[in-house]
Amino acid sequence: MLLIRCPYCEEERPELEFRNAGEAHIARPTNIAAESDDDFEKFFFIRANPKGVIYERWRHIHGCARFFNAVRDTVTDKFVMTYKAGEPKPAKLPGAAK
Amino acid sequence: MAKAAAKTKAAASASAERRPALAGRTLSAPGVKVEILPPAERVSLRAPQASIAALSKALGVTLPVKPKSSAAKDGRTALWLGPDEWMIIDEAGNDPLADCAKVTALHSAVGISHRNVGISVAGPAAAVTVNSGCPQDLSLEAFPVGAASRTILGKSEIVLLRTAAEAFRVECWRSFSDYVFTLLSEAASDAAN
Repeated sequence: MLLIRCPYCEEERPELEFRNAGEAHIARPTNIAAESDDDFEKFFFIRANPKGVIYERWRHIHGCARFFNAVRDTVTDKFVMTYKAGEPKPAKLPGAAK
Repeated sequence: MAKAAAKTKAAASASAERRPALAGRTLSAPGVKVEILPPAERVSLRAPQASIAALSKALGVTLPVKPKSSAAKDGRTALWLGPDEWMIIDEAGNDPLADCAKVTALHSAVGISHRNVGISVAGPAAAVTVNSGCPQDLSLEAFPVGAASRTILGKSEIVLLRTAAEAFRVECWRSFSDYVFTLLSEAASDAAN
């Protein structure tokens, strides 16, 4: 079982307590009515889906119930780091070799 | 006088109709005893940082701000569930909801006394029994006496409180209580082996 660090509970918890909530750092347009169909499609449907490092929202639903952001590698399924919701994308990832 | 009499009558009839879920069910296995706890008053409390002091004063118990912790005083326990969320359990028969109502500071208190059922798991094999369905580390170093956490047990969400080195209080939703009690009973029978 994976252990995921919850930034609010400040410790690693079993993955069964968590739920994925899609890609992180997707800003909702301030005036969504003025969006063109193409731009709306990009915002609403199109996701990065990278092979490698991905920034995701996770929710500690069976714990403190808070949303937070996590950096995960989609190849190894390893969590690189987690940080609180609302915080900016980390400039530098811990242990990043490249 | 008449008002007091009416109140007594209402209280009497209410208690006559009240049938707590699974009341009186117990299971004794070698090393662990699982039993349904008597009804208690419970409140789900949400409050910002600024209201904690006023609410702590009104409730008579200091709301813990450290993750996975709880505070208890005079039969009333406050469990940390999230950064702005607590569960208050009163086993002394007082009403924590009425105490919260006196507070003018911003907060949300919801009475959930009848939503939950409390189950006691006690004995040398208590941690093994709970661990059969709960993936958290329940060693005394990671989950000391007084530690409290919302977590899962099998397929059901529970709130777990360690009341003593070898005793846990499992709080689950009333409709899940049959499943949770049965799962704990099976686990208790297995725990001795």
